[in-house]
Amino acid sequence: MTTPAPVETLDLAAKFPGAVTADTRPGYSGWVVTPEKLLEVAAFLRDELGYDYLTNLCAVDYLPEDRMEVVYNVFKTTGGPGLTFKTFAPRKDPIEIPSVISIWPGADLQEREAWDLYGVQFTGHPDLRRILMWEGFDGHPMRKDWQEAFYDEDVKPFKRRWPDGKHVYAEKRSTFGDNVAFKPGFDPEKWTPTDPEEALYASLKKYKSEVVDGIETDHIIVNMGPQHPSTHGVFRAVVVLDGEEIVSLKPVMGYLHRNHEKIGERNTWLQNMPYTDRLDYFNSMTNNWGYALAVEKLMGIPVAERAEYIRVIMAELSRIQNHLILIGMLLNDLGAYFTPALYAFEERELILDIFEAVAGSRMMCNYFRFGGVVRDIDEESMRKIKDLVFDRLPRKIEEFDRLLTENEIIVSRLKGVAHLSAEDAIAYSMAGPMLRAAGVPYDIRRADPYGIYDRFDFDVAVRYNCDMMDRYLIRLDEMHQSIRILGQALKGIPEGPVNSQKPSYITKVPAGESYGRVEGPKGELGFYIVSTGKPNPWRYHVRGPSFVNLTGLEKMCVGGKIADFVAILGAVDIVLGELDR
Amino acid sequence: MNGKGILKGLGVTLQRFVDSYLDDIRWWGKRYYTPEGIAHRSSKNTKGTFTIQYPEEKLPVPEEFRYKPFLLYEEGQGGEKNIRCTSCGICAKACPPQCIWIVRGTDPETGRPVPQPAGFWIDADICMSCGFCAEYCPFDAIKMDHNYEVSTYTRNLMDIDELMKPVSYYAGIRPLNYAREEEARKAKEAAKAAKNQ
Repeated sequence: MTTPAPVETLDLAAKFPGAVTADTRPGYSGWVVTPEKLLEVAAFLRDELGYDYLTNLCAVDYLPEDRMEVVYNVFKTTGGPGLTFKTFAPRKDPIEIPSVISIWPGADLQEREAWDLYGVQFTGHPDLRRILMWEGFDGHPMRKDWQEAFYDEDVKPFKRRWPDGKHVYAEKRSTFGDNVAFKPGFDPEKWTPTDPEEALYASLKKYKSEVVDGIETDHIIVNMGPQHPSTHGVFRAVVVLDGEEIVSLKPVMGYLHRNHEKIGERNTWLQNMPYTDRLDYFNSMTNNWGYALAVEKLMGIPVAERAEYIRVIMAELSRIQNHLILIGMLLNDLGAYFTPALYAFEERELILDIFEAVAGSRMMCNYFRFGGVVRDIDEESMRKIKDLVFDRLPRKIEEFDRLLTENEIIVSRLKGVAHLSAEDAIAYSMAGPMLRAAGVPYDIRRADPYGIYDRFDFDVAVRYNCDMMDRYLIRLDEMHQSIRILGQALKGIPEGPVNSQKPSYITKVPAGESYGRVEGPKGELGFYIVSTGKPNPWRYHVRGPSFVNLTGLEKMCVGGKIADFVAILGAVDIVLGELDR
Repeated sequence: MNGKGILKGLGVTLQRFVDSYLDDIRWWGKRYYTPEGIAHRSSKNTKGTFTIQYPEEKLPVPEEFRYKPFLLYEEGQGGEKNIRCTSCGICAKACPPQCIWIVRGTDPETGRPVPQPAGFWIDADICMSCGFCAEYCPFDAIKMDHNYEVSTYTRNLMDIDELMKPVSYYAGIRPLNYAREEEARKAKEAAKAAKNQ
């Protein structure tokens, strides 16, 4: 049992008069900092108050107020609730806000995302390029006044569907005619293309060529991906090599970008639920939970008791199958072609069978609703879950241990590779197993409990060697802990309704903001939402662990061998659906 | 570095190799292409070959499995199809990808709305199989199908004729849900009758 840490009572407004004010808008909390004093306040928060861990950074476009805000969610790695603070700028280009990358290097990719999608220029950011959209894209697609090619209406439900909903294919009524729009003054006939990759290659570290033994050396640039089997999808890393050694590395992403957050702002509150399934499609149950948590927090509704247990059961089953697949696929990347992966798939199939029977779909579960879950677990599935938890899974996890852990080839490929110290892991905002394998025992289920995790007896898995071997072992440890939690949840589950609310497709969410975060199998999965009291969210931001965990990728890879890159990326555990959003 | 760990791991694969033959012998002739064989292979005691040989073999789908929506109609005495849908539009409003298109029925003489759709389309290429339409339909008029073999050479825009399926089909694929809904309907009707008396 953990006692909640005391709420921060320090009055920042008194400490920084004129620069910091309390956010008093109804439903909002935290502090508003003027951009001039942002770095000073941020340094104070980190160094004096101990908020060393920046997890979420996102921009919000308040179009009616003509104001662009950047929201920061910071936490202490020693645990406890977080602190939210915001800074703002008038909504007139150029929107300039100082970069906090010098305080929290983990802001790197998230600031680039905010620049790309909102056009917020972070002064002092060393490499402010587009990240999800391509170089040369015109505009910033998350702004409220930006419209997509197949724009229908600002918010759903669209009036075109009912009561006079004669079907028309979207391309027939595209606002851009042939789905192409040019900015004023642009003539494609006279356009000379520039190399869109120029900025990318310029951002890589320069290599100094030298003469060794009379032979001139040179660097090699290798593009790993976007079509590369090790990247688990369409991810690309540009690597500068000195022989086999990595000198510099830049991740390139966005090939699967679909502007998930924009879709989320067009959707009604409930309609976002099945869309969250498509983020990290291995763990739709945890994604559902993160979103439901954020909305429930804002609505201030309780969750049905039985549903709380069901949520834990589903989330932990999801964690087990995710880690199994991760280990299987990591071994694939290392060259143990498909034997461990297929062993992992067997257990995963059995878990997915349960998801299918309970939720209706193997991967796109869409199982959670605000206030509970959609339906109860039937007896047959309950029996299957118990069979797995009390009998088969512990056996099979132990078998994995026997199959792999002592294997000399695996040990020599993993041990001591890609060191990332605890300090670096915190600084780069690494989350989940990546953070815990670096010796930081930070698990949201313990540090900032949500749901009913404070009722269960389990250990936060932690390993201290900060290398690849630990990143593999921590997954085994976490599966054992998940089995422990599942055992307690299955014994303690009460009878009763599975939803505290009446089922309805209309959700009333009071105005305000909320940040809900869960310990996903890949790390902290956070949802930052802003409501204006309307049926649709004003802002819907996903803090995906796959995305933020890549901030530290270069740090881990530089100095290592190119052959290890594949394994390092494999152990970060990325899913492109969540990375590119 | 002595290879002990590798041998330990190989022991696991050898065990699995032997198990697969033992399981085949134990289930001689019944392990493949039989319903009990398939059930055994997806149970907690499964060992050996795990694969289901689709399409020769198929995993039975659970009752709650959802694929694409369909519309229900009651079969009348003379074979007429009485659609349950009242074209209230709740499914179209709840639909996350907005793939449901409904034209509300109107009386040709008075111009007033009638509880029947004049047109109903589901763009099955856009449908994300979330099941909200079935979940929030107050008339149990739209349900999720179990048929997942829907590949075609063209786009899948389903109109009302393609969407309609009899209630008996629904009762066949989702017997428990059907029984529960019928019970609720009867209870409601009984309550209504008691109120009227």
